[in-house]
Amino acid sequence: MNGLLRIALKLLLNDKGKFATLVIGITFSVFLMMQMTSMFSGILYQSAANIVNVGARMWVMDPAVQTPQNSIPMPNYVLDAVRSIPGVKFAVPFYVGAGLVKLNDGTYQSATIIGLDDASLFGRPTIISGSITDIYKNNAFIMVKDANYAKLGSPKIGTSFEINDHRAVVVALAHTPVPGLFGLPTLYTTYNRATQDLPSTRYLISYILVQPKSTQDIAAIEQQVKQLGYLALTDQQFITRNDRFYEFQTGMGTNILIMTLISFLVGLSIAGETFYMFVLDNLEHFGALKAIGAKSGELIQMIVFQSLVVGFLGFGFGVLLSSTMIAIAKLKIANYAAMVTYENLFLALIMVLIISVFSSYIGIRKVIRIDPFDVFRG
Amino acid sequence: MILTARDITKSFGEAPNQTYALRDVSFDVDFGEMLYIVGPSGSGKTTLLSIISGILRPNGGDVVVKDTDIWKLGSDALAGFRLQNIGFVFQDYHLFPRLTTLENVAIPLILRREPWDRSLAEARKTLQVVGLAEKESLPPYKLSGGEQQRVSIARAIVAQPDLLIFDEPTASLDGDTGRKIVAFVKEHILNAQRAIIIVTHDSRIYEYATRIIRMEDGRIVPGTGADHEK
Ligand SMILES: Nc1ncnc2c1ncn2[C@@H]1O[C@H](COP(=O)(O)OP(=O)(O)O)[C@@H](O)[C@H]1O
Ligand SMILES: [Mg+2]
Repeated sequence: MNGLLRIALKLLLNDKGKFATLVIGITFSVFLMMQMTSMFSGILYQSAANIVNVGARMWVMDPAVQTPQNSIPMPNYVLDAVRSIPGVKFAVPFYVGAGLVKLNDGTYQSATIIGLDDASLFGRPTIISGSITDIYKNNAFIMVKDANYAKLGSPKIGTSFEINDHRAVVVALAHTPVPGLFGLPTLYTTYNRATQDLPSTRYLISYILVQPKSTQDIAAIEQQVKQLGYLALTDQQFITRNDRFYEFQTGMGTNILIMTLISFLVGLSIAGETFYMFVLDNLEHFGALKAIGAKSGELIQMIVFQSLVVGFLGFGFGVLLSSTMIAIAKLKIANYAAMVTYENLFLALIMVLIISVFSSYIGIRKVIRIDPFDVFRG
Repeated sequence: MILTARDITKSFGEAPNQTYALRDVSFDVDFGEMLYIVGPSGSGKTTLLSIISGILRPNGGDVVVKDTDIWKLGSDALAGFRLQNIGFVFQDYHLFPRLTTLENVAIPLILRREPWDRSLAEARKTLQVVGLAEKESLPPYKLSGGEQQRVSIARAIVAQPDLLIFDEPTASLDGDTGRKIVAFVKEHILNAQRAIIIVTHDSRIYEYATRIIRMEDGRIVPGTGADHEK
């Protein structure tokens, strides 16, 4: 390493109090930022669970639908109309709704009921015990074995209960990649049974799942569905729509943003203040360096290096701390909605860099202005 | 001649409150000299020292050090010139408390981009010259005032500059220690290849000067410094 930077590093590390304050301050700030943004990412991700789990390329829905949590039923002619759009390889009806499960001990639990197209079973979950074809048996339901499995009394194959006053039998257990956000158990059945057994409005289809013939057909399909008065979205667009809903139409997005900003400002002020004091402490020595023959650019290098060192250390520790906390929380709380994404890491990194740049800036301003003559004048 | 100062003028402040710290100061310094600049407080000694060492820009006049007209250099070039040619000993030492004594001494070499290990090795030799080899890993504040001044002398000479500048080197020391240090400097640091300029108003060390320039009100008192007292 360049000797000057080595000196800069020693000056920093040997001021243990300020060094610790700087690193802890930034660590704390990164930790808070990461917690906030990871929690929000987790919420967004899990709230879009159905979109990911079903895996359809395109979704057709009522234009007023914002999230996969609710749906506005569509009449059957829409399905036929969508099927007749050129570029549609196939389109199937999809039902999602809430059902009230009455357990054998007499307690009630609400659950998410998903009805898969009878013919294709498109969007089916991965079966982990039992057989998918048993879904065609009388009153058959497939239960997802996730964190909410126990809420229906951890049913085995053959267990029966009532859903909306209809008999239901668990015929298989399944797995889905993304857990839901709202802590509800999930039951799969056929579209026909779901629409027959659950109280419903005049219209029955929650969503139409569409497989386009090719990616190039997507735009035309979206256009045509729009002319029908409905909305067709790719799975990614639907996820984005869901994200936007939570970001902008609930208080959650704003609050997370404010909290993230506050964490940033806390880090900025702790680090900025401490770094300023650190530079002030060393100011007359920097003046002596200038007198001896250090160029201003060299002093700036030292300061930028010092602020980057604390910035990156704080970033590293902060990320480590928040990832560890999230990992531990996930072990203890099965459905804990938080995930560290590259976007979150990048955001935290940018904020840390701003903190570093700001800190060096106020330090540099001081150092640039030192007049080595003052070193002589005392 | 190692240094020539011609017609140095320096004022501070703007027109109505303008004060002249130096008026038309001229003098020469030769290799092998230990020149003192003395005079009452406020007479312009520090200002003069700063100007001839390339730290404070004069309003008028020229300073030529080793054939370089230093105030014609840009600020980075001037910093480089100081680094290569001038060693400084400050009144209150200005040692980094968070570096070891050895690292402090090595700083001019590190600024010259010498490799780290070679810089420290050279600093170690120089600490031996000033008799502080065994203190190399201590922080400077664990040392006595006299020892700290010797460390700062080591730092000033580690890169073998030709011109050494001392500002009030004994002001923070008791009389005996001050005298010992200046005696040491004359005996071991001064040689025919370099010159030492010392600003002081400590009359107890006058005896070690090879020549004394006396200042009053921003001028050299006529007649002083003319004769070499070697
Ligand atoms: N930065 C400055 N601003 C205004 N006046 C100054 C400044 N530096 C020095 N002076 C004035 O210049 C004169 C000479 O000061 P100085 O060179 O420090 O004298 P000495 O070192 O002999 O005590 C004094 O009158 C002092 O007040
Ligand atoms: Mg003075």
